[in-house]
This record gives sequence, C-alpha cells and structure tokens, in this order.
Amino acid sequence: MATFFGEVVVAPSRAGLDEEEEAREETPEDREIRREIEKKRYRQRRGCADEPLVCSKFIVAIGRNAAAFLSSFILDSVCWEVVGVVKLWNEWCRTSSTTNVLPTDSFCLFYRLISDPTVLLCQCSCYVAEDQQFQWLEKVFGSMQKEGLQVTILSTCPVADYKTQESTLTLASPFLKALKTKEFQEQVCCPLLEQPNIVRDLPAA
Amino acid sequence: MFIPCDRGGGSAAPDFKGFTLLMPAVSVGNVGQLAIDLVISTLDMTKVGYFYTDCLVPMVGNNPYATAEENSTELSINAEVYSLPSKKLVVLQIRSPFIKNKYRPFCETLLSWVKSSKCARVVLLSSSHAYQRDDEQLLGTPLRYLLTPDLEKAVGGCMQELKWKEMEKVAAYPGISNTDKILHIPGGGITKLLFTESCSKGIQMAVLLKFCSEGDNIPDAFVLINYLNEWLQLIKSEVSTSNSSTDLSSQWKIPSSWRLLFGNGLPPALF
Repeated sequence: MATFFGEVVVAPSRAGLDEEEEAREETPEDREIRREIEKKRYRQRRGCADEPLVCSKFIVAIGRNAAAFLSSFILDSVCWEVVGVVKLWNEWCRTSSTTNVLPTDSFCLFYRLISDPTVLLCQCSCYVAEDQQFQWLEKVFGSMQKEGLQVTILSTCPVADYKTQESTLTLASPFLKALKTKEFQEQVCCPLLEQPNIVRDLPAA
Repeated sequence: MFIPCDRGGGSAAPDFKGFTLLMPAVSVGNVGQLAIDLVISTLDMTKVGYFYTDCLVPMVGNNPYATAEENSTELSINAEVYSLPSKKLVVLQIRSPFIKNKYRPFCETLLSWVKSSKCARVVLLSSSHAYQRDDEQLLGTPLRYLLTPDLEKAVGGCMQELKWKEMEKVAAYPGISNTDKILHIPGGGITKLLFTESCSKGIQMAVLLKFCSEGDNIPDAFVLINYLNEWLQLIKSEVSTSNSSTDLSSQWKIPSSWRLLFGNGLPPALF
C-alpha cells in the first residue's frame, strides 16, 4: 500500500495474516528468548486435588464482569468450597514471575457446591491468550468425570460490538443473549444470539 | 482432526473417496472464505462435521446460512465441513484467523486428512495483495491459477482451453538478474505452504487466486467464484448465450450472515 509520501508499507489485513511467517530469521538469542517464554506460558498447574472431579453441572464465568457477578450473587463460604485452581502465565500478566503471581493475574478458581458436590463453578478473570485456550480447556475438562454434564458459560461483550440494524446507542443495555447446543433442551431465559453476531476466544472455545 | 456430525440412527462417518475438497485460504480480503460461503449457501450444502483444532482462533455463532427461524439455531464454529455427494464435492469453511505459529501444524494435519479420506483433489481459493503486483501483472486479468504436478497431468489441458493465466514466479532477490525464480504469494496466508507441501506429497491441488485489496471484498468473491465455476461448473448458467459464463452473480445466493458487514445502523442523533 502506498502512503501519501510515496513509501510502500505493508497494509494490515482483516484476515489476521501473519506476514513473514515463513521468512522469519531468528538470531540464536531470539530463539532462546522465544523458547523460554513458551516454557513459561505452557506451564499450567492444577492445584488441590488431582483426582478427577465428578461433575454434572459446570458453570464457568469468563472475564471480570461475569466473575464479579458470581462473587456478588452466588458464591459464599457457607455453601461453596474451593477445590482447585488453574494457574497460567502469559505476556499480559503484570507479574513476570510464575510463582509469585497476583490472584487476578493468572488464577482460575474452581468451587464445589457443598450440598451437591457434582456442581462445579469456575471463575476465570485472568486473560487466557489465544494459544492457551485449547490447553486450558483440555486440562479443565480432562480432569472431570462427566456424567450427563451440563455446562453454562457466563461472559460479557461490549455493546458496541453487537451488530444490529439500528444503532447500538438506541438499544436498552445491558441485555442478555444466548447460544445453545441442540442437546440443551431446557428453556433459555433470554433470546438467542442473532446472525451475524458471533462469540470468540475462551467462551467460544 | 475431522469429527463427523452425529446424525443419529448410527449412520456411518461420511465417505469422501474420490471427492473434490474445496477450501479457502484465510487471505487478504477474506475473498476465499467469502467465495466458499457463496458455494455452501447456493448449493444448500449439508454440514457433515467439523475440525477439532487448536490452530484457529475459537469462535461460535448461530447458523450463518439460516433462511428461516427454524434453521437459525444450529451452532456454527470456526472450521466446518459440508458435503454434496451428488457433485462429489466436500467443502471446508474456515471462519477465523490462524493462531501464531500454527500454520505448519494445520497444513500437515489437513493434508494427512486429505490423504486418509482419499479425496481425489483439493481446490484452494485464495487471494494476494494487489499492491504487490509488478508492471505486467497490473494489466489484464487479476485472476491466477496454480496446479501441482500431479494435477497438471490430469487437467493442465483444461486450463489452456479456458485461457487461464498461471501465477508468475518472481525473482528470489528482486533487482538482481539471474537469480532463482520462486513462488511468492503475499497476503495469501497458508496458500504457498499448502501448495508446496502438496507438490512434495503428490497431492492433486489447484490454487485459484485473485489479486485484491482490503475493502468491500464481496465483488472479489463473486469474481473468484465465477472463475472457479468456469472450470468446475458448480452451477449452470440459465441463459445459454456465449457470454453467460461471465455474469452469474445473480445466481449465487448471499448468506444471511453477510448482513451488516460494515457496521450497524447510524444513530439518528448524528444528523
């Protein structure tokens, strides 16, 4: 793409292309740095119990708003107990050490309902990077013994991202929308998300 | 990698032996993906499965090809497979960008799936940055094709008859003469990698690409899909005059998910 000054610059593409993916030439130092960062990122640990948890209902809150909703209205120390944690690190964390991290930075906490231990709840308010999402899921779902599992995912998105015929300024917000699999037979408490809206990242994963 | 849809009744996994796999590269303007949307929507293809992969950014939404309330609530994710057995066609649609450093793993897994499912050939729809064309490429058609040696033997003659233009190779070191010529597809995403891997693995692959820029790429998608149709004849033109193959735009069905591509309605208070 040519600019006003006659120089040619690489135009960013909506397709999210990683130009030069093949032509990247790394010095040995670059390679070493990249390897160390990758090791730090892929060291995820599940704390507390390591045997599989039997689960019939799993509620996941992704993002600070959803996690705060659970903290304010659902969680309390009488009915719920902590049963596990997933720690992960990526470049968005404000601490550089993987051992002394702030809880909000890189923890995902798992709670169990004391009166029905097959009901699990997860608060994930840390940022899970694109390339960690799959691993996070495999780790979490891999450590569950699923029996007729019902999963509910709570998340928030900016109203400005909602695609609609009218302007989002005239919409009454906040508002709820849902996506459900065909196996989910119960009544959904709000309208379904219309095309062309989509959900991405960890809630989608 | 490929997970078939559970259609109930204990139906067997779909058989793609001898089928043509049509797929997009995530490339400049998303032209390949838009063209694939037109194919799936127009031919009313049935979803037969999806790819379980960690190579693409996750996304989910409701059915992008919905035509009515009843069929609008089926979930759709980032890499899904559709099939039309009557035309021996299987289509892969990719709906999100690749995660960093995952191009190669995806290509390897995809090509090994192509081999194991015994697809006869792969057709890749792609695009390349228009601003990187050289002086000669600026003139004439913006459409190009590439064939792996194995497919060249089978259909090379067909391309000559259609008077298609093969993608030119460029000098490895521009400005220096007598250097090797290499394939360079800027903005093409996985196109070059998939093509070179297919050449070395003996897979029959054709690449069809259009030079374009980011913007409203719907016209580019129509041009590319009509180009493909000249060869594969996925839809027949209604009028049988000699110029009919150049304007089939009205016969491709635009999916409902193409609404609002450029944003919402405007707030009245703006005026």
